[in-house]
Amino acid sequence: MSAAEVIWAVVKILIMVAFVLNLAGILTWADRRQSAMIQHRIGPNRAVVKIFGKEFRLLGLLHTAADGIKFFTKEDFMPPRADPLLFMLAPIISMAAVFTLLAAIPFGDTICPHQFWVHFPNIFTGPAVQRWGSCPADPRNGYFPIDLTIAPLSVGLLYIFAMAGQGIIGAAIAGWASDNKFSLMGALRAASQMVSYEVTLGMSLIGAMMIYGTIRLDDMVRWQSDHAWGIFVQPLAFFLFFAASVAENKRIPFDLPEAESELVSGYFTEYAGMKFGMFYFAEYAEIVTGSMLLVTIFLGGWALPFLHRDGLTISFGSVQIVRSLVPHVWMTAFGVLAFFAKVVVVCWIQAFVRWSLPRFRYDQLMKLGWKILLPLSLGNILVTGVVWLAIDQAGPAWSNALGFAADATQAFVAIAIAYLLIRAVIGLLTPVKHKHTMLGSSAEEAAKSGGTKATPMQA
Amino acid sequence: MATPTFPKKPAGRVNATPVAYTLRNAEVKSYLPEVVRGVGVSMKNFLDNTREMLRGERPDPVLDRFDDGITTISYPEQKRPYPERFRGVHRLTTRADGSMRCVACLCCSTACPAQCIFIEAGEYPEGDSRRGYERYPVKFVVDELRCIFCGYCVEACPCDAIRMDTGNHAVPYDSRDQFIYDRDLLLSLQGRDGTFETANPRHEPGEPTHPGVTREHEH
Repeated sequence: MSAAEVIWAVVKILIMVAFVLNLAGILTWADRRQSAMIQHRIGPNRAVVKIFGKEFRLLGLLHTAADGIKFFTKEDFMPPRADPLLFMLAPIISMAAVFTLLAAIPFGDTICPHQFWVHFPNIFTGPAVQRWGSCPADPRNGYFPIDLTIAPLSVGLLYIFAMAGQGIIGAAIAGWASDNKFSLMGALRAASQMVSYEVTLGMSLIGAMMIYGTIRLDDMVRWQSDHAWGIFVQPLAFFLFFAASVAENKRIPFDLPEAESELVSGYFTEYAGMKFGMFYFAEYAEIVTGSMLLVTIFLGGWALPFLHRDGLTISFGSVQIVRSLVPHVWMTAFGVLAFFAKVVVVCWIQAFVRWSLPRFRYDQLMKLGWKILLPLSLGNILVTGVVWLAIDQAGPAWSNALGFAADATQAFVAIAIAYLLIRAVIGLLTPVKHKHTMLGSSAEEAAKSGGTKATPMQA
Repeated sequence: MATPTFPKKPAGRVNATPVAYTLRNAEVKSYLPEVVRGVGVSMKNFLDNTREMLRGERPDPVLDRFDDGITTISYPEQKRPYPERFRGVHRLTTRADGSMRCVACLCCSTACPAQCIFIEAGEYPEGDSRRGYERYPVKFVVDELRCIFCGYCVEACPCDAIRMDTGNHAVPYDSRDQFIYDRDLLLSLQGRDGTFETANPRHEPGEPTHPGVTREHEH
């Protein structure tokens, strides 16, 4: 491994870890603030920092920082009869399981440094790279293609499942080591729930693996870029994976392991200070990594509709409508930004699920996992296999039609994104309509004295 | 022992509204449509409220408090307007010349059911025109922790010297002695109209509107 490769690996790790840590921190804020917006509240906005006599509140973002300070300054409590080693180990395992998982997730297309070197002064205007060709690797001059994955593993998805499974151990050890019956019950619930839903999590992706023909995550994204996004190819698997990943994160409506009304707070009841902070943070980091997997496997990863490695190509079937070549550096930047933007959007949608649904009962949870989601995922494998075989046997007319349908889905996605963006802008430009209903004597009183803002009536 | 007899049920239809059972059709059982609908409601609320926050068009927390939207009152910065006759923390009113109105008659402390008012009366110094005619409180202490805010002291006062129209409710303090309001603190509080006086004019002896004896009588 050359020095350049080591430097690139460090850069990639920094990008990925910084993104996950920051987004997890922002998610703790977003969760509170978003829930407030959903429930007609204001939400946290009191944390304040004074710089040169000016107060900055940053919409309550500082509460995250305040939480961090609080975690570090709290007493590091441990129950007297707890197992000291395991008690220390549990939050570390929970955290490590989430972060090792990041290694195999691609956040952008392969970079060809050769391209930059050949057209050195004109990086931003130079010609594009080949769409399907590989980068010329020339180890003598130090040109090697840079995969935007920390570790481009050939066993991609298997590694991710192996690492995601470690989270169970963290929760189970935490409950066992705490010497608390509530913690232990929470840990048992966590372990059985995660084991149950891990099965669905894996099974739901087998159909996707069959269609993509690979378990490398970057090749999956390339397939989706060339054909159609996974959500159109495997809609049932998308739903199953989404439900199972929410259950794996132990979030509402699957938050039985930390059921506040029954188990105090489940397996991390006895944890305080930064050890609790690590569990808390690992939970939010898990949302981010879960969203990353969902985006990579079902929502096209870094791919945007009609944007390929060499530039913009709008074509339906064999009919090519628009084609313009874009320099490599722009396409790489678009890809990375698209991936991170998609992750943010999926995290945002997950928060809505969390704030809309009530919690399941434990037997309902197990029933849902074993009797509904697992059979559905097995059925999905069967149907996918049969359809895949049928398409394979059908003539070229069929594959042409499917190619056209794939391009139609790309067009659908492009139009949907454009529509939503335009709707958002229009929504922000139109004023909110209010139906005024004035009831009550104090409202009348206030209206008489000219509203509630800065009047002598205001006590 | 005879078995008790109950009145027979009335024949025919019972006059009652039937209870609707929860539907058990495929749509309800599959759970998913309702999930999507619920998330849709959350999303609509989120988008509406966020748009209002961004545009600064939040409904007024008092005037529009029954409307949809965020009508939270951010307490120390925004306050709910109290009604005109709200009984807040006491204040001692002053005359036009700035001297206190209280004549230390002890009516308020007598009327007080919580016994939270302590007054030590004193004579005006020799040479003062009010000496022998009125007294004044050397000490006037209200224990706001004992006070039950019944307003009897205000009713009892013959001089309109103690009022509860500051519009402030008792503020939380760190220690008990901070709740003991002394005379100077009570005098420094303003009424809602922003003055230290009251709307009721005081008719000083010697003024043509004054009905009673003058200060210049022999005593």
